Amino acid sequence: MFNLVIIVAVVLIIAIVYTIFRVTTLISIAKGESSNNVPSSNKTHATLFILFLIAGLGGFFYYSFGGLDDSFVQPIASKHGVETDFWFWVTMGVTCFVFIVTHILLFGFSYKYQHDKDRCASFYPHNNKLELIWTAVPAVVLAFLVLTGWKIWTDITGPAPEEAYEIEVFGYQYGWSFRYPGKDGKLGDYDYRKIDKTGNDLGIDLKDRASHDDFISNQLHIPKGKPVLLKIRARDVIHSVYMPQFRAQMNAVPGLPTKFWFEPTKSTADMRIETGNPDFNFELVCNKICGRSHFGMKATIVVDELDEFKDWYKDQEAWLKLNPDYLSQVPENLKEVAIISAELENIDNNQSVGNSSSSF
Amino acid sequence: MSITDIQLEENTASHDDHHDDHHEQGFIEKYIFSTDHKMIAKQFLITGILWAVIGGGLSIIFRLQLGFPGIDLTFLKPILGQWIDAEGVLDPEFYLALVTMHGTIMVFFVLTAGLSGTFSNFLIPLQIGARDMASGFMNMLSYWFFFLSSVIMFISLFLETGPAAGGWTVYPPLSVFKEAISGSGAGMTMWLVSMVFFIASTLLGGVNYISTVINMRTKGMSFSRLPLTIWAFFITAVIGLLSFPVLVAAALLLVFDRSFGTSFYLSEIFIGGEALPNIGGSPILYQHLFWFLGHPEVYIVLLPALGITSEIIATNSRKPIFGYRAMIGSMLAIAFLSFIVWAHHMFVSGLNPFLGSVFMFLTLIIAVPSAVKAFNYITTLWRGNIVFTPAMLFSIGLVSFFISGGLTGIFLGNSALDINLHDTYFVVAHFHLVMGSASFFGLLAGVYHWFPKMFGRMLDERMGYIHFWLTFVGVYLVFFPLHYIGIAGFPRRYYAFTSYDAFSTFGDLNTFVSVAAILTFGAQFLFLYNFFNSIFRGRRAPQNPWNSTTLEWTTPVNPGHGNWPGAIPAVYRWPYDYSKPGSESDFIPQTVPLSQTPESNLPHEQELAKSEVVSEPTKADESH
Repeated sequence: MFNLVIIVAVVLIIAIVYTIFRVTTLISIAKGESSNNVPSSNKTHATLFILFLIAGLGGFFYYSFGGLDDSFVQPIASKHGVETDFWFWVTMGVTCFVFIVTHILLFGFSYKYQHDKDRCASFYPHNNKLELIWTAVPAVVLAFLVLTGWKIWTDITGPAPEEAYEIEVFGYQYGWSFRYPGKDGKLGDYDYRKIDKTGNDLGIDLKDRASHDDFISNQLHIPKGKPVLLKIRARDVIHSVYMPQFRAQMNAVPGLPTKFWFEPTKSTADMRIETGNPDFNFELVCNKICGRSHFGMKATIVVDELDEFKDWYKDQEAWLKLNPDYLSQVPENLKEVAIISAELENIDNNQSVGNSSSSF
Repeated sequence: MSITDIQLEENTASHDDHHDDHHEQGFIEKYIFSTDHKMIAKQFLITGILWAVIGGGLSIIFRLQLGFPGIDLTFLKPILGQWIDAEGVLDPEFYLALVTMHGTIMVFFVLTAGLSGTFSNFLIPLQIGARDMASGFMNMLSYWFFFLSSVIMFISLFLETGPAAGGWTVYPPLSVFKEAISGSGAGMTMWLVSMVFFIASTLLGGVNYISTVINMRTKGMSFSRLPLTIWAFFITAVIGLLSFPVLVAAALLLVFDRSFGTSFYLSEIFIGGEALPNIGGSPILYQHLFWFLGHPEVYIVLLPALGITSEIIATNSRKPIFGYRAMIGSMLAIAFLSFIVWAHHMFVSGLNPFLGSVFMFLTLIIAVPSAVKAFNYITTLWRGNIVFTPAMLFSIGLVSFFISGGLTGIFLGNSALDINLHDTYFVVAHFHLVMGSASFFGLLAGVYHWFPKMFGRMLDERMGYIHFWLTFVGVYLVFFPLHYIGIAGFPRRYYAFTSYDAFSTFGDLNTFVSVAAILTFGAQFLFLYNFFNSIFRGRRAPQNPWNSTTLEWTTPVNPGHGNWPGAIPAVYRWPYDYSKPGSESDFIPQTVPLSQTPESNLPHEQELAKSEVVSEPTKADESH
C-alpha cells in the first residue's frame, strides 16, 4: 500500500513537471524567444561555473585537509615505500597546482567572456610562442618526474641484495601459501605436475635435495630491517601479491615465476603502537581479478624483529616431516639425506613410514 | 509567428509518420537496411543510447552492493533470478559479471560504436561535402554487424552460467576455464563471438571513413581546411584499423586455447583437481596483444569526443579554435604514441623491468600533446564571446574531465608510483574521468549540437541545462572521491571490503558515491525523454541554429538522400572564420569565397583571393 502511494506520488510529480515544461516551452515559442541565438540563461551558467569552481575547490581542500577523520593514506612500512610516497606527493603537488590553475582559467574565462552583444570576440587563431611555451614546460616537468621515477623503479626492480631472505609466495583460488627454504637456505624445486589434493599443494619436487627441509606457512613471516625476496608463482589463474603498507605489488602468474624484493622497516608490534590498534595486522591481498572469492583472498603478514623471526624460523617443521608419506617420492639415493634434513629421524616409528609409503 | 510555429510542429509530427508516401524508398530501405549515412548514424546513436542505459544500469546494481554491502536486492529477483540469493544478496560471481559487462558495454558498444559510429557516419559526408560514404553498402553492413554483435552480447547476459566475468580485459587463464569462474563457459564464448563481429563492424566503418575523407572532399576542401571533427574521426579510424585486428588475433588464440587444446596463453596450470598438459604458453602474451589494441582504444574513444569539442567550443566562443595546426599535430602525435605505450598497463605483470622503464618514458611523452590540447581549449575561450548552449556546457565539462583525469595519468604512467596504485580505485577514478566521462560528455555535446541537423528539430534547451548541471556535478561527486579510496589502496573489482583491516574505512564515502551514482544515472532519463520526445515534438530547427561556418549547415533543414539538392557547394576558407575583424557578421561560412570578403581578408588571403576561381552553383546553393 505504502509503495503504491509512493508510485502514485512519483507519477504525479513527473506529470506536473512535464506539464510545466510543456507550458513554458509553448510560452517561450509564443514570445518568440527561440529566435534569439543567445539563451536567456547565459549569465546563469557563467555564474554557476564560478560557484561550481568555488564549491568544488572548497570541498576538495576541506576533505583533503581535515575533513577526514584520519589520514587516508596507509602507513608506510618499507624502505622503498618512503621514496615512492615522497615522489607520489611531489607529483600530487605538481598536478594539483596545474589542476587548480587550469580550472580557474577554464571557469574564469567562461564567466568573464560570457556573451555580450556589444562586444566582439577577438580573432586570435594562434601564437607560436605561447604554444611553444606550453609544449616545452610540461615536457620539462614530465622529464623531471620520469627521471626520478626511473631511478626509483630501477632500484626497486633491480637484483635483490645477496643477504635477502628468499620466500616463495604461492597463490591459488582463493588463498596464499608461503614456502621457506629451511635450514639450507635454498628453496627446493617444484613441478606443477606434482601438485595433488592429498598434501602436496605446492607441487614440491622431492627429487631436489634442497626441497627436503623446506617448510610451509600460511602466514607470511618476515624480519624487520632485512631485505626479503619474494618468489612468486600461481597455481590456476593470475593473482596479484599486493601489500599496501609495503607499497609492494607483483602479479602471480601461472607458468611465469615473478619476484619482488623489499625491506620492511616496521614490525607488527611497531605498527600496533603507531596506529593505536592492538589488533593491527599487515595483510597480503589479491589484486588481480581471480574468481568468485577474489575479494576474500588474503593472508596475514607478520613482521618480527630479527631475533623473533629467527626463533620462529627454527621452530618450524619441514613439510616432509609433517607429510612423511611423501618420503616415497624421494629417490632412493637421497632418502637418507632427506630423513636427516627433514629431521624425520625424530619420528621413532620409521617402520610406519615405510608402511604408509608402500601404500602408494 | 508563434501560432504558425506551433501548427507547423503539429503538421510535421503527423507528417513524419507517413514519410514513405512521397519518397521512393520503402520503410525497410529507409529505416532498416538503409545505406544513407545519416540514417546509419541514427541507428548507431539509438543503439548506443540503449546500450548506455543497460551499461549504466549494471553499474548501479554493483554500486548498490558497494555502497550498501549485503543490501537486500530481492526486488531485482525477477530480472536476475538465481543471482540474488534467498536473503536477497547479490552473488559475488555475478558481481564480477556485472563489472565485466559494464566495462565491455561502455567501452565498445557505447563509446566506440555509439560515438564514432554515430558522428563519423553523420558528419564526415556532411562536413567534407560528399553525397554519402564511399561505400553505402559497407556502411550498412557495418551497422548490421554491430547489431548482430549487440544481440549476441545481450543474450549472453541471460545465460544460466552468466555472461563473461573475468573483467573487461578477459585475461586468461581466468577467461579460459569454466572451473575458474562459471562466466568463462558459454558466456565467454559468446563474448568472443560478439567481439569478432564488433571488430568486423568497426573495420568496415573505418575503411569507409578513411576512404571517404581522402577521396570525396568537395572542391576546395583541402586537408588544411577540414574541420577538427573530421581530422579527429579520420585519425581515429586509422588507429582503429591498425589496432583492432590485433584484438581479433588475441581473441582467436584465446578461442584456440579454450576449445582446441592449444597452449598460447597457458602453461603449468593445475585446476579442477588436475594438472593440465599445457606447457610453454604465456598469459603475458595475451596482455601484450590485448593492450596493443586496448591502449589505442582509449584514444579511439577519446579523439572523436575531442574533435566534437573543438568544433563546439570554437562555434560557441565565436572565435577560431586556438592553434588549429597544433591541434592536428597533437592528435597525430597522440595517435602515433598510442601504439607504443601499451605496456604501461603491465608494469607489475611480471614484465621485464627494463621494458617497464622504456614504456614509462614513452607514456609520459604522450602527456605533452594532451596538455597542448587542454591549453588550446582554454585559450580558445579567452576573449571569446561565449554562448552557453547545452552543447557548449558539455564541451566545457569535457575539458574539465580531460584535465582532471589526465593529470592522474601522470601518477599511473610512472612505473615506480604505479606499483602501489595499480588496480586500485585510483585507476578506476582516472579512466572514468579521462576516458569514460570525457568521451561520454563528447557524445552528449555532439547530440545536443547536431540534433537539429539529424532530426530537423531542436532539443529542449532547459531540460538540456538541467541535464548538464545534474550530470556534471554528479560525475564529479561519483568519481572524485574514488581518488581518496584509491590512494588508500582499495583494490578494484572487490565485491566487499568488510573482511579487511586495511580497508575498513571509507564505508560512508562508498555509500555517498553510490547515492551520487544513482542520482546521476537518474538524471540521464531526463535526456532520454528530451531526446525521444524532441524527435517527434521538438521545436522546428532553423537551417543554421548555432551560426556555424561548416558545410553541414548549408544543407536543407531535413537533408535528403545525397545531402544537397543541387550541386555540392565548394569551399574557399578554413572552418574557423569566427569574429573576423572587418566582417559584418561574426561568422563567415566556408562556402563564402575570399573574393567576396575583401573587408575581412588577412594579407595572405588577399593574395589567394586574386587567383580564386568561384564556381557558380555555390551561390545558388546558399539560398537554401
